[in-house]
Amino acid sequence: MGEPYALEVERGKAREFARAVGGDLGADGVTHPTFLMTGVFWQGPESSPWPADREMGRVLHGEQEFVFPHGPPRVGARLTGVSRVEGSEVKQGKRGGEMTVTRVLTEYRDDDGALVAEVRSTVIETSRAAS
Amino acid sequence: MTPRTDAPLTLTDFVRYQGASGDMNPIHHDPAFAQAAGYPGPFAVGMLAAGRLATFVTDAYGAASVRRFRVRFSEQAWPGDVLTYAGTAGQEREEGGERVVDLELVCTRQTGGVHLRGWATVATAAGPA
Repeated sequence: MGEPYALEVERGKAREFARAVGGDLGADGVTHPTFLMTGVFWQGPESSPWPADREMGRVLHGEQEFVFPHGPPRVGARLTGVSRVEGSEVKQGKRGGEMTVTRVLTEYRDDDGALVAEVRSTVIETSRAAS
Repeated sequence: MTPRTDAPLTLTDFVRYQGASGDMNPIHHDPAFAQAAGYPGPFAVGMLAAGRLATFVTDAYGAASVRRFRVRFSEQAWPGDVLTYAGTAGQEREEGGERVVDLELVCTRQTGGVHLRGWATVATAAGPA
């Protein structure tokens, strides 16, 4: 389990992100449903479950999930995130070679400890380059 | 939900998304890096179309309504691809004390190939029945 890290939802960042995915930040300040991808800006190496020396040419994104009990966080929210590996398994790839499928869960909570968001990433690492 | 078709994907779209999200994997913008990894060139960041698919949902239901959003990536998308976003809504049901509806979503390439599939649950404005 990674060290907890702080994430503050900033208006400019929320707007930049929403515009990068064809939307915009509304007057209510509710962030885009996939905005918490920006958690990487807040998550230092001590908070990340991934090794720093991953070979990015062999990493593929399999699935991504966001769960919000009360909707996405709003501008001004101060969250604490904790990431951990939920599961990891080695599978045989379609074109030979092994692939490692890893699922990482990040939970974001507010200052009262209430769950604001669950973010799940499923990442596939192939044992050899694409061809 | 009325399908939406985007302008052709550009490397600039990828770069803007990567800068905004912090995912700086060079495989999405550096041709030499992508080729060394065995690809013909940079391919789309999956979360770009995933994000646009979520925008397709929030444009219809509002950002505050989203309770769950999930995507599964299939075929890669490439610069020049024209992506279409479509979805169907299921029956309203109750979850966590509010009325919600489940959406089945898909993002396809101009070839008909599926770039990604998505599933969302949104709260409807009607409130508890």
